[in-house]
Amino acid sequence: MKKNASLIKKAINTIKSKGEVAVIPYICCWDPDLETTEAILWELAEVEPACIELGFPFSDPVADGPTIQKAIVRALEHQPTFEAYFDFISRLNQKGFPHPIVCMTYYNIIYRFGLGNTVEHALKSGLAGFIIPDLPIEEAQPWIKANQNSGLATIFLATPTSSKERIQKIVKHTKGFLYYVSITGITGARDSLPEDLAYRLKTTKNLCGSNLPLAVGFGISKREQIKLLSPYTDAFIIGSAIVKIIEEKGKNSPKEIKTFLKNLKNL
Amino acid sequence: MKVPNRRGYFGKFGGRFVPETLIPLLYDLEKAYLKVKKDPSFWKEWQYLLKEYAGRPTPLYYAQNLSSYFGRKIKIYLKREDLLHTGAHKINNTIGQVLLAKRMGKNRIIAETGAGQHGVATATACALLGLKCVVYMGAKDTERQKLNVFRMKLLGAEVVPVYSGTQTLKDAINEALRDWVTNVSSTLYVIGSVVGPHPYPMVVRDFQSIIGIEIKKQILKKEGRLPDLVLACVGGGSNAMGTFYPFRQDLQVRLIGVEAAGVGLHTDHHSATLAVGEPGVLHGMLTYLLQDKVGQIKGAHSIAPGLDYPGVGPEHAYFKDSGRAEYVSVTDEEALEAFQLLSEKEGIIPALESAHAIAYLIKIAKDLPKDTIVVITLSGRGDKDVSSVREYIEGN
Repeated sequence: MKKNASLIKKAINTIKSKGEVAVIPYICCWDPDLETTEAILWELAEVEPACIELGFPFSDPVADGPTIQKAIVRALEHQPTFEAYFDFISRLNQKGFPHPIVCMTYYNIIYRFGLGNTVEHALKSGLAGFIIPDLPIEEAQPWIKANQNSGLATIFLATPTSSKERIQKIVKHTKGFLYYVSITGITGARDSLPEDLAYRLKTTKNLCGSNLPLAVGFGISKREQIKLLSPYTDAFIIGSAIVKIIEEKGKNSPKEIKTFLKNLKNL
Repeated sequence: MKVPNRRGYFGKFGGRFVPETLIPLLYDLEKAYLKVKKDPSFWKEWQYLLKEYAGRPTPLYYAQNLSSYFGRKIKIYLKREDLLHTGAHKINNTIGQVLLAKRMGKNRIIAETGAGQHGVATATACALLGLKCVVYMGAKDTERQKLNVFRMKLLGAEVVPVYSGTQTLKDAINEALRDWVTNVSSTLYVIGSVVGPHPYPMVVRDFQSIIGIEIKKQILKKEGRLPDLVLACVGGGSNAMGTFYPFRQDLQVRLIGVEAAGVGLHTDHHSATLAVGEPGVLHGMLTYLLQDKVGQIKGAHSIAPGLDYPGVGPEHAYFKDSGRAEYVSVTDEEALEAFQLLSEKEGIIPALESAHAIAYLIKIAKDLPKDTIVVITLSGRGDKDVSSVREYIEGN
């Protein structure tokens, strides 16, 4: 089964039709080791996520806050290669992993591996797409070109500083879902989100149209936040709150993560 | 062809590889800069401060003792940026960028610093022009450069130690970028070298070009012709680009950038990005980087803390590929010898960074044809390095 951009949309629709909340959990591959990563992924599968963001660690993650930075440091201790990442995705899919997985990494990793090579490996392994936080649309032409017929999700980000015109441009190049960054800032769980977020999600959703799902991320960790924003977005990206559990529980985190997400989804 | 192009590219290098949040800000900055670029009142204010406050123009000093030391008929001139206020060329740029921030209505400045030179120069400009200043500095560097931390605090800046990654300059830049992503509307990030996303490499180059512009005027007056050889050290590359840029079309002038070979290029302990790095993306730019085969950025090393950076300005990458400038490297050891030689022969204690440029001249002096005119940019003074040099000499 090919797990590409359109599958994410399908998954979101299925979840929503059941009246449930679509979540997109993030974890960093190899945090704290590959075995635990795999255990977490299988637990996550039981929560029925819209898709899973599986990070490939980069030494200089400028878009990430302290929690994910520390996860990346833990992961880098294993000196992972991009080939090993794709091998891991292949193995998961051979075992019948039921949900789409997208890779979140920084551009240098992809640039170094080669754009075409990255797409080829992604397709072969059954990866669904990529989120590259330091690749704005201005610089994305080579990447978009490499993905012309790949069917992979090329997920771009929109932020509170993006104008309506920019979001329109971003939407044109985005496949899978649009990643809306809730705040001007870096990743990390927050107690409060900006008051105008619901409104901004609403206008952004309009710009996405009916074909492109909208997901909101950065700072999301609480049921109340999800309850409040549910009418205005298709999915919620939960990263640092999960990574924090890994930081605290290490190898014992998988079950706990599942419980945490189940509670979040249970409005 | 004029570089950078509209998209911020110098040939294939440059660009703006930053999170979406920052992109509209970079457009604002570019717009504001292009506006003041055409505004004589801006440059008048900048020139006034550089002259009356910072001490420009700096002398182009004929180093007679050093010249005759080589026993050949060559003439060596030193561009004395070390005589500027705060002790290095960094102030040319910080006064420019802080003035620009004021015109943009920003009230908060952030900066990164490695050894502390750019941090001190930014804190100084902020004290002078009345803006709040926050400086990010790798935790290891705050330990190694305690005096500069104190200096910045005296100047009213807040110094934030950065504990992530290698706890050095590259991580300080990451943290400054994170701050900027968070405080977009109030804050301008004052970058200290010709690095980062467009328009920074262009903006910093333009402010630092005063070095090369003065050299040209001064040497024509003293010698009636342009120099044969121009040398400057390269970390991020701001003093070198400021020196080279005005000479870029004078093809008879050989431009040589000197990087830090640290313990040696055969080891992992150096900062010779142009010599052995490979293209990649870091800190918003596509340029040569020290990185492993996966694309993880490697730690850099140099005895000169200002050269200790695993990237390099994209315009230097462009000059390297186009062949307009040559890039070479010298070791810690060679830089230390040059440091001592210049101190003894000329009574000038150079910054360890600048000593790299002198060290390369020592290597090639014997092969230079007679009557060669050499200009070396002495980017800073060595007061900051005296204690580490002592430790090194006594330790060996």
